[in-house]
Amino acid sequence: MVSTQAQKSIFYRLHIDPYLLLGLFALMSISLTVLYSVAGYEMVYRQLVRLAIALTVMIVIAQIPPEWYRRWTPGIFIICVMLLIAVLVIGHTGKGAQRWLDLGFTKFQPSEIMKLIMPLMVAYYVSQHTLPTRFTQALVALIIVIIPTLIIARQPDLGTSILVASSGLFVLFLSGISWLYIAIALAGVIGFIPILWYFLMLDYQRGRVLTLLNPEADPLGAGYHIIQSKIAIGSGGQWGKGWLEGTQSQLEFLPERHTDFIFSVFSEEFGFMGVLLLLSIYILIIGRGLWIANQAQDAFTKLIAGSIILTFFVYIFVNIGMVSGLLPVVGVPLPVISFGGTSIVTLLAGFGILMSIHTHKRFNIKR
Amino acid sequence: MKRKRNSIRNHSAESALFLRRTLVVFLAILLAVGILISNLYYLQINSFDTYKTRSNANRISVQTVPPNRGLIYDRNGVILAENRPVYSLQVIANKTNNLTKDIERLTKLLSLTDRELIKFKSQNRYSRSFKAITIRDQLTPEEVALFTVNQHLFKGFSIQASLKRYYPFGNAFTHVLGYIAKINTRDLEKIEQRGERARYQGTRYIGKLGIERYYEDILHGQPGQRQVEVDSWGKVIRTLQFTAPTPGKDITLNIDINLQLKAQELLGDNRGSIVLMEAKTGAILSLVSAPSYDPNLFVTGISQKKYQSLLSSRDRPLINRATQGRYPPASTIKPQMALLALDEKVITEETKIKDPGWWIVPNSKRRFRDWKRWGHGLVDVFHAIEQSCDTFFYDTSYKLGIDRIEPFMRLFGFGEYSGLDIAEETKAIMPSRDWKRGRFNQPWYDGDTISIGIGQGYWTVTPIQLTKATAILARRGENIKPHVLRSITAAGETSTPVYETAPIIKLHSSRYWDIALKAMQGVTSKRSGTAYRAFGDAPYTVAGKSGTAQVINIKEDEVYDADKINERHRDNAMFVAFAPFESPEVVVSVVLENAGGGSSNAAPIARELFDEYFKNIHPIAPKSAPDS
Repeated sequence: MVSTQAQKSIFYRLHIDPYLLLGLFALMSISLTVLYSVAGYEMVYRQLVRLAIALTVMIVIAQIPPEWYRRWTPGIFIICVMLLIAVLVIGHTGKGAQRWLDLGFTKFQPSEIMKLIMPLMVAYYVSQHTLPTRFTQALVALIIVIIPTLIIARQPDLGTSILVASSGLFVLFLSGISWLYIAIALAGVIGFIPILWYFLMLDYQRGRVLTLLNPEADPLGAGYHIIQSKIAIGSGGQWGKGWLEGTQSQLEFLPERHTDFIFSVFSEEFGFMGVLLLLSIYILIIGRGLWIANQAQDAFTKLIAGSIILTFFVYIFVNIGMVSGLLPVVGVPLPVISFGGTSIVTLLAGFGILMSIHTHKRFNIKR
Repeated sequence: MKRKRNSIRNHSAESALFLRRTLVVFLAILLAVGILISNLYYLQINSFDTYKTRSNANRISVQTVPPNRGLIYDRNGVILAENRPVYSLQVIANKTNNLTKDIERLTKLLSLTDRELIKFKSQNRYSRSFKAITIRDQLTPEEVALFTVNQHLFKGFSIQASLKRYYPFGNAFTHVLGYIAKINTRDLEKIEQRGERARYQGTRYIGKLGIERYYEDILHGQPGQRQVEVDSWGKVIRTLQFTAPTPGKDITLNIDINLQLKAQELLGDNRGSIVLMEAKTGAILSLVSAPSYDPNLFVTGISQKKYQSLLSSRDRPLINRATQGRYPPASTIKPQMALLALDEKVITEETKIKDPGWWIVPNSKRRFRDWKRWGHGLVDVFHAIEQSCDTFFYDTSYKLGIDRIEPFMRLFGFGEYSGLDIAEETKAIMPSRDWKRGRFNQPWYDGDTISIGIGQGYWTVTPIQLTKATAILARRGENIKPHVLRSITAAGETSTPVYETAPIIKLHSSRYWDIALKAMQGVTSKRSGTAYRAFGDAPYTVAGKSGTAQVINIKEDEVYDADKINERHRDNAMFVAFAPFESPEVVVSVVLENAGGGSSNAAPIARELFDEYFKNIHPIAPKSAPDS
C-alpha cells in the first residue's frame, strides 16, 4: 500500500527508497571497515570511488520508469547474448578465463549485464500471458535461461553462470509454475549431476568439489583455502578478535582476503555476534525487497523485483556457504561487502530497478 | 485462478499467487539463513577452542627473499651503479614496555622532528599493534651507532638494514644507465604479462630507463624463499628452510669513465650530445646528453615539484638527446650523398660544377643559395666535401632523386633503429614519397629533394644514427651494431656477447669509398678544409665532416614558449669524424644545439675527445708523414 504521505516524500520524488538505501549504507560501512583491516587506506579509497560510481548508477537507473525496461528488454537481451558469443570468440583472457571484452578504453564483462537482463527477459516473456505460467511457456522461458548460462559456463565462469541461471529460474518460480513441474525439474537436475560431473565439469571445478567434501585430505594444496578460512571463522569465537587484530587475515594465511573471502576476515575480527548483525541487515534488505515486489503494480515488475532480491540472496548464501565450508568455492563475492568494481555496479543497478519499480506508480491501489 | 488462455487478466488473482510464492520464498530464505547460522554457530561457538588452537598453531609462513640487484661497472671496473646499505628504525608497538615514554626518550636521543612524530603517531593509531612501524628512514652511520649503543633501553625497537641503488657519478651517466624506481601499476601489469609475478614478489624497484631498463632481466636475479615458523603475532621464531636468492648478474659497460666525464665536461653548458664509439666493434665509449639530471632523485622517489620542474624545463633534461634528439643532419651526410652519386654514375671523380653561390631548379625560378654567398667557383667532389659546397649537392641530389637517395640512406641506418641497447630511441625521419603522402597527404616536390641533398628539409637523424652512419662509412660499407654492454658476470664467470658484422653496402667500385673518405680526410687536413683549424695539428690522421643545421629544435610534443623561441634560432653545430684515417679505431658525433657553425664549435670538441682517447686510452705513434 502506498500512502499519500510517502508519495509526497522527498525520497519518493527522487525515486529513492530510504529503507533500502539505509541498509545498503550499513553494508558499505561494514565493507570499508573490513577492507581497511585487510589492506589499509588505499583499498578503502579505491572502494569508495567504486561505491560512488555504483550509487550514481543506482540513482540514474531508479529514475527510469519500469515501462522503459519492458520496452528495451528484448533488444538488450539479444545484444547481450551476441556480446557473450563475441567474448567467447575474441575475448581477453584474464586469469585463464575469457570473460572480458576489450573495448580499447575499458574492459567490459558482458556476463555482468546478463545477470541483470536475464530476469527482465524471462519476466518480459512470461508476463505476456496471465499468471500462472503454463507448461509450454515455461519451456520457452527455460530455453531463454539456458542459452546464456551455457555460454557463460563455457568461459568458464561457474559462479556467474549459476547466478544468471538462478535469476531466470526465480522468475519462473515466482510466476507460479505448478509445483509438479518444479518437482520434475528438481528430479531432472539430480539426474543430471552425474552427467555434469563426468562430462561437463573441468578438472579444477571437480577439484573444488572434492576439496569441499574433504579439505583435510590436501591441507597445503587445494584444501588450504577452505581450512584457513574455517580456522579464521572459528577462531573468531563469540565476540571476535577485534578490529585489525585478526591474525589469520593480518598474517596473510587467508587467500583473497579482500574479495571472495572477506566474510572470513569479518567473522574472525567480529565473531559470531558480528555475523548475526550482518545477516540481520541482509534479511532486512531482503524483506524490504520482497515487500516492494508485492506492492508492484503488474506481473512484469513484480517478477523482476522478486527475482532481483532472490538473486541477491543467492550471492549471500553461496558466498557464506563456500567460505564456511558448506559449498564448493565458485568465486561469488559477498554482495556489497567484497572489494570489486563490476559486481558492485551490477548489484546496485539491480537495487536501482527495485527503487524505480517502487517509486513509479501510475495510480494507487486501494485494497 | 484462471487457466483459460484468452481470459481477461485477473490482477488480484495474480497478486495473490505472487504473494503466496513470495511467502514460500521468504520461508526458504529464513531456512537457508538458519542453515548458515547453525553452521557458523558450530564453527564459532562449539568448535571455538579447536579453531583457536589451530589459529595459534598456524605457524608456517612462506616469505619471499628478494635478490640483490646486479652491479654496473665501466670498462675499467669503476662502479657506476651500486647497492648501498641504508638503515631504518622500526618499532613493534606491542613489544615495547611503555611506548609513549620510549618515544619521548628516543626524541631526545635522535632528535626526532615534529613531522616524524606526527607521522608515527598517526601510523601507530591505525595499524595493528603487532606490525612494525618505521620511525625514521635512512639513518646516518652516527645515528645507527648512537642507537645501537642504547639498544638495551629500547625494547621492541630495532634497526633494519636494506639495500638502496646508488649512482655515484650522478648526472654523468643518467642517459646511459637510466635508473630504477618503485614498481608502479604499469610495471606490475607488464610483470604480470610476462608471467613474472612470482619473480617480483618482494621486489620493490624496477629499471625504468636506459641500461637499468634494457637489462632488467639480467640485473634482477631470482628471489629465494624462506619458510619460517612464526608465533601467533606473526613474529618469526626460527627459519625452517631457506633457499637463497640468486643475485642479479653484474654488467660491465663499454663506457670509459674518463672519456664519459671528459665528454660531459666538453659539452659544458651546451645543450647537445656526444657519442664516441669504437669503429671496429661498435662499443660505445661515451654517450652524453646535456643537460642531464641526478638519477638518484628517482630512486628515493622524486618530489612532485622537482619532477614538474624537470618535465617543464625548456632545456628538456629528461630527453636522451643521443638517441631521442631529432636533428637535421645538415652537411654531415654529404660523403654518403657523394658515394651514391658516384655509384649511380651521376657524377665521376672528374665532374666539375660551376658554383656562383646559388642554384636554380631546372625549368623554374626557385633559387637555392649556397652558404658561401659569392660561391665556390669550379667545384669537384673533393672540393665539395672538403669545403661543404651546397650547390654541388643541390645538383647531384636533383639528378639522383629521392627514390634513389632514400633506400641508400636507410642502408646507413638513417630512419632505422640503431640497435643500441637503450630502449629510449627514435627512428627519426628518413623521408620518402610515401612518407610525405602519409604524413602531409602531399606529393613529393623536386624542391624537397634539393633540401635533402644538404641534409635539411624533412630529414632528421639522431646522434646515435650519425655515429653509426659514420662508422659504416669508415668501415667501407660494413654494418655495425652500437652497444653499451661489454660483458655479463655471474658467479665469477664472465660472458661477452659478440655481435656479427656484415657488409651491407656494395658499390660498383671500391674506388668510390676512397674518394669519399679521402675528401673527408681533406676536411681536417687541407688548409681549405672546414675543420682544418681544429685538426690541422693533430698528431694522428682524421677524417671528418662538419655540418651547420638551420634550426628546427628537436621536435617533441611539448609546449613552447613562443616569445623565447627566437633566442634559440641559432644554427645547430654538428661534427662527425673517425680516426686514424688509415685504420679507423674510433668514431665520434658531436651535436650542439643553437651553437652556430659546426666546424668552429663542434669540431674542436671532437678534437679534444680524440686527443683524450689517443693520449690516455689508446696511445699511438705520432703520424709519420704529413698529409697532402
